Amino acid sequence: MPDLNSVRRYPGFNLVTLLCLLILYVPLLVVMVYSFNASQSVTMWGGASLRWYHDVFYGTESAKFKAAAWNSVSIATIAAIVSTCIATAAAIGMNRSGDFKLRSFSFGLVSLPIMVPEIVTAVATLVFFSAIGFILGYNSILVAHIVFCIPFAYLPIAARLEGIEATYEEAAQDLYASHGQLLRYVLLPLLTPGILAGYLLAFIISLDDFIITNFVKGAGVETLPTAIFGSVKSGIKPNIMALSTLMLMVSILLVTLAYFLGRIGARHSKSDKGG
Amino acid sequence: MSGPQENCPAVEIRNVTKQFGSFIALSDVSVSIRDKEFFTLLGPSGCGKTTLLRLIAGFEDVTGGEVLLYGEDIARLPPNRRPVNTVFQHYALFPHMTVRENIGFGLKMRGITGQDAENRVNRMLDLVHLEALAERRPNQLSGGQQQRSALARAIAPGPKVLLLDEPLSALDLKLRQAMRLELKRLQQETGITFVFVTHDQEEALAMSDRIAVMSEGIVQQTGTARDIYDRPVNRFVANFIGETNLLDVEIDRRDGSVDCRLANGEIVEVESVPAGIGSTARAQLLIRPERIELLPPQAGSMRGRIIEAVYLGTDMQYLVLLRGDIRITARSQNSDAAKPQFSTGDEVAVLLGDGAARLLLH
Repeated sequence: MPDLNSVRRYPGFNLVTLLCLLILYVPLLVVMVYSFNASQSVTMWGGASLRWYHDVFYGTESAKFKAAAWNSVSIATIAAIVSTCIATAAAIGMNRSGDFKLRSFSFGLVSLPIMVPEIVTAVATLVFFSAIGFILGYNSILVAHIVFCIPFAYLPIAARLEGIEATYEEAAQDLYASHGQLLRYVLLPLLTPGILAGYLLAFIISLDDFIITNFVKGAGVETLPTAIFGSVKSGIKPNIMALSTLMLMVSILLVTLAYFLGRIGARHSKSDKGG
Repeated sequence: MSGPQENCPAVEIRNVTKQFGSFIALSDVSVSIRDKEFFTLLGPSGCGKTTLLRLIAGFEDVTGGEVLLYGEDIARLPPNRRPVNTVFQHYALFPHMTVRENIGFGLKMRGITGQDAENRVNRMLDLVHLEALAERRPNQLSGGQQQRSALARAIAPGPKVLLLDEPLSALDLKLRQAMRLELKRLQQETGITFVFVTHDQEEALAMSDRIAVMSEGIVQQTGTARDIYDRPVNRFVANFIGETNLLDVEIDRRDGSVDCRLANGEIVEVESVPAGIGSTARAQLLIRPERIELLPPQAGSMRGRIIEAVYLGTDMQYLVLLRGDIRITARSQNSDAAKPQFSTGDEVAVLLGDGAARLLLH
């Protein structure tokens, strides 16, 4: 039994919980179920089939999807690597340089882009690229993604770093480690769960970005979200549902991975306090 | 002992001052720590003892003064270039390394690898009895085992001086007492100079060759356990180390002896008088509770009445009310069934043995 004053004893608790879960997941379930629909319709069930998954890979639009998927995955991979490196350096630099003037201002500056409406960032990026004469295409998407992924990668890394007591670094220095050795043998290994979590977050954010990508992509270059959007404009076909389901699976896989990495990190930091 | 280090102090702190902003953590501190000594910095929290330790380790810069290690000024060296190692309060064992890797870390950073390093790590594991747990991670160890790993890690690179920052404070009482002996044994076996920081006076008295009592950024007294307990130089030291009765007295100096007049007019004799006390002056009398003997009332002695009697296991503690509303605490060991025992309300004679009372300047 839950405690006497537990929220679970409030009247209507179960009903509200159920409603919330329904609203959150029913649309996703519908898409997933209908991706296995044998019929052409997106509303009528015509029996189970893998027809639309086949269509994604071998149908008329498959070439477009494959190119878009390649762009999406390669951009997400590179953008996540670069932004994670920058975010790690920023986190260490800001967290381990003692008290400096404008410290909280700097923290705000790094995470502010998350709060800026994405459409504003998109317009600003496009205007900037045009102003400097950057030709829109694959590279412009990549650069934009690197930039907006930095704050997302930064958050879990900085959070992890806050949890690592400075005494580990003092202990390492006390045991004759130079700055390089300290970073390599102590700080980076302890920071790894945060870095991986930051990487995965950046990867996912890049993978499903639509607004900024749509602004800065050149003609003919598509990522999966823009390609899907393009297809939907001419009517929703079940192959879009199959493709969406596939993307959902990849996201779930990565988020699960990030969760377990976080748990490993938590287990490590449990010993932070000693006996 | 040999070589040029023979007469050189292991650590010499010369007129060191440390400020954090406007807060003065250490003010003109001078301490000299001898080679192969178990030296303790003792004081309440915030007295500057940990700051002093961190200055020796190199985690903090001195604001002024010199820090000498075997005659060499190390005040400007970074911590990784000082031949001293630290045992941290919460051990700070690297959680991503095994016990063996932790102990070998300092050697690895110094470029000592291969068989040499392995032998040395094995010797350390043997020294702290952790051979069986060498491949464990710190979070799989008990508090005491983590403590011993931290010790082994700090000793492994062969530091000239080992700094210990309240290393026993995180352990429970039984383990703490066992570790005291263990630490003392380690210090004697390795012959390394230990600088030990604690706020626990019992710990300090039990282990140290010499103790520096600190408060408010100043070293109040340096000396052996006996020095600071029996001959405290001021009120702070007297109060901080052990229990103490401090009574206001007026001094009356006659040829040969010195009489101290309590507020109620009773006279107590003391043997020695600190320099600087004139023929008549106000001072304080320091009497340790265990040096006061209580007997059934008898003629010619100071009288008192028990107003509180507390049974403490090994001891009885009495609060005695003297004439003139003076309260003193007395302690007697429950060692002998024939010893008189008193209860609240009993009249007693209060006897001070030779050398029981000591004068302190105001």
